[in-house]
Amino acid sequence: MVTLTVNGAQHELDVEPDMPLLWALRDVLNLTGTKYGCGIAACGACTVLVDGQAVRSCSIAAADLAGSSIVTIEGLKTGEALHKLQAAWIEAQAPQCGYCQSGQIMAAAALLAEIPRPSDADIDAAMTNICRCGSYEEIRAAIHIAAASA
Amino acid sequence: MAFKPSRRFVILSGLAATGALVVGYALSPFSTLDRARRLTAREGDLMPAAWLKIAADNRVTVYVPHGDMGQGTPTALAMMAAEELDADWALVSAETAPADLAFANGALAKGFLAGDMSIPRWLDGSADFVGRKAAEFMSLQVTGGSTAVRFTGVIGMRGAGAAAKAMLIRAAAESWGVAEADIVARESRLSHAASGRSASYGEMAARAASLAVPDDAPLKAKAAYTISGTSRQRFDIPGKVDGSTRYGIDMRLPGMLFAAALNCPVAGGTLKSVDEAPALALRGVKKVVTTADAVVVVADNTWRAQRALEALAPVWDEGANAALSSASIEAGMNAALDKGDFDADFAEGDPEKAIAGAARTVAASYSVPFLAHAAMEPMNAAVSVHDGMVEIWSGVQDGLGCRAVAAKLAGVSMDEVTVHQLPMGGGFGRRAFNPMMAMTPRHIEQAIAASRATGAPVLVTWSREEDMRQDYYREASIARLKAGLTAEGRIAGWVHDFAERHDPPEATAIHYDVADRTARYVSGTNPMPWGPWRSVDHTVHGFTIESFIDELAAAAGADPLAFRLAHLGNAPRHKAVLERVAGMAGWGTNEPGRAKGIAMREAFGTIVAQVAEVSVGDDGRARVHRMWSAADPGEVVNPATFKAQITGGAIYGLTAALHGGITVEKGRVVEGNFDAYDMVRLGDAPRHEVEIVESGARLGGAGEPGTAPVAAAVANAIFALTGQRIRSLPLRQFDLKTGAQIARA
Ligand code: FES
Ligand code: FES
Repeated sequence: MVTLTVNGAQHELDVEPDMPLLWALRDVLNLTGTKYGCGIAACGACTVLVDGQAVRSCSIAAADLAGSSIVTIEGLKTGEALHKLQAAWIEAQAPQCGYCQSGQIMAAAALLAEIPRPSDADIDAAMTNICRCGSYEEIRAAIHIAAASA
Repeated sequence: MAFKPSRRFVILSGLAATGALVVGYALSPFSTLDRARRLTAREGDLMPAAWLKIAADNRVTVYVPHGDMGQGTPTALAMMAAEELDADWALVSAETAPADLAFANGALAKGFLAGDMSIPRWLDGSADFVGRKAAEFMSLQVTGGSTAVRFTGVIGMRGAGAAAKAMLIRAAAESWGVAEADIVARESRLSHAASGRSASYGEMAARAASLAVPDDAPLKAKAAYTISGTSRQRFDIPGKVDGSTRYGIDMRLPGMLFAAALNCPVAGGTLKSVDEAPALALRGVKKVVTTADAVVVVADNTWRAQRALEALAPVWDEGANAALSSASIEAGMNAALDKGDFDADFAEGDPEKAIAGAARTVAASYSVPFLAHAAMEPMNAAVSVHDGMVEIWSGVQDGLGCRAVAAKLAGVSMDEVTVHQLPMGGGFGRRAFNPMMAMTPRHIEQAIAASRATGAPVLVTWSREEDMRQDYYREASIARLKAGLTAEGRIAGWVHDFAERHDPPEATAIHYDVADRTARYVSGTNPMPWGPWRSVDHTVHGFTIESFIDELAAAAGADPLAFRLAHLGNAPRHKAVLERVAGMAGWGTNEPGRAKGIAMREAFGTIVAQVAEVSVGDDGRARVHRMWSAADPGEVVNPATFKAQITGGAIYGLTAALHGGITVEKGRVVEGNFDAYDMVRLGDAPRHEVEIVESGARLGGAGEPGTAPVAAAVANAIFALTGQRIRSLPLRQFDLKTGAQIARA
């Protein structure tokens, strides 16, 4: 049994010690906002926050995260209110197909937590997730919008 | 402009021959319209065309017969309908139309209803060629003068809106006993100034529904547009920022099981046998299911299924392609080109003679590799076989076409198949299944088999490795170009020979002035599975033709821009976009250590000219700092999404130019994941300025044209910077500092 704290709620999971967090979230807890893209930590579609850090959930075992606080895209809102990154993402009309965007937003959340007003160079360094649709300019714009809003 | 009976007649008369059947259902109460009504309408709703519904509560719903791949197609189509309807934009929404014949469009309907297989292969994509293609418009941009363009884009959405408005006005006039001409329809409200009466569209909907659909509803002049041509927020975005949008891979059904699949690694091979025991011994595994060419493990979650699959050692019959390699394919292409058994895209004048008579000859050979689509969402499908019905949930570009293909795969009739078309985590051509295309949705076939075998709904998810190794690839190709140059530096004679032609047929067209010209191709050299890849053959020829034009300019000692402009005497639109992009980019000036390259391509009715600014790093790699694009799509519906499509399309092309290359060894695709098939990321993405040139020409596409010129613009910039002419992609195989080839693509 693994005890996971996801978006503030505790869950008891009967999973193997090596089951990646990604699949525990998606197939066991039915939190499908976190996406599978590569399974080898190469794309970032599966990015979540673990104790505030951006982590590629396909490449970390759920069992290793007992005691950690995990936040997924579903946990970013406060009640019905969008997180400022989500609002900025809408304002910049960032998503195209949208599939990578949960991971992009979670990566950006970790970035803003560390650097509230990131420079372009900070964004280049932190935002390494793949967007196959090529929405990078809009993502960059959205991060600047979110950083500028209180 | 209006829908005149004669115009309608023209289009209807195309019914048998050119596939304009759908117009009938758009404007006439054909049986398909009744069917569409039953599927989407409730009592009191007005639905004058299958695409448009105005409900009693005044809400307007536009039914879009295309999947959402992220190009904003549903929003743009709704904008076109709302414009003509004079709807209050706040009341308008779009829904995916059911995958039903009532919502077939244009040529697709023709293919289905008439069983006519002579449709050009590039129409294959279908009901959503459009989604894929136009991004903005519900039309087959490839077709140029086809009725499909006018029908789906203009007559479909705009016509539906105009007809609905005319019916609402008539209903109000009858109800109030006033003249139609005195009624104003604006922002979803009808009003009559003299009597002070007014009503919402919704209030008049039921009455209007009983009226005949007009033949002559007027269309607005473009100058009167208030919605079309303005940037509007896309409907699909809110669900994509909070994780609530459900793609195929997110489908969950009561009692659902999860599956992973391993396909025969060699294209065309089959499964001989597999010992299921090692998988069945693992936790959570329910069943091992086999198809002719794959093993599928069904478990209680995806990870357990994937892991159990790894425990199996299937025995394959590798078939005819077991010894295939990139080298053998290349050798085959060269041999076929040497042999010269050509078909021609076009042949005008006597190019060989013109070249022989020119002051000098320039010739070059180019090669491009196979490319995978690598959509972010790997192939997947959920299927529930129950009560004799096959119910499918998947992200597909063509719901109706997929339904027909799935029926065949399942061995049932189309009536026994339901397709729920879900948003796609990228498509780029990979998810365009229909009966006329060689791509088989094996993931759907596998999910059908797995659901039948277990009696439960099953979601099959391919691993990234399966997605990449079991793709339908952009073809590898070799091109040999030859042209003459006169003493004055004019092109005299153009011969373009290449291997493997797919679509569209005009992809080899050149718009430069040269009277004697031909483009010829050899076929059958390439056994790898093929599929349409964002902008299709334009990706090949955009690189080769626009690189070769640059070579000619260099040979003539001319500036690449000036050389192009001097050869565009008959192409004012092309000239205009080139001039525009040159101005944007500050052509002729360079920052230290950087240089610019230019290229231009017309694809799917849109002309895009691009400039790329490049430097070469100490690692010998090219870095693209900035790009500029000028695009002429004729007219634009949603400028913000149009620009996003051009920049996104350019990133897709840039990834291919820098990194993209699928290699084949022993019949197997070598690259399996993003570690070996890398992508441009945010930090490598150029700053890209896009300007739209609205020439007023027929609507062109948005999703694909931005991809076509990129590789040539970058390669031409590298030539300008280093003097090295890039004749083979991707660039990662070269050390641009030393000029050495460091790796094989
Ligand atoms: S799925 Fe985890 S990084 Fe790609
Ligand atoms: S929006 Fe499609 S992959 Fe990023």
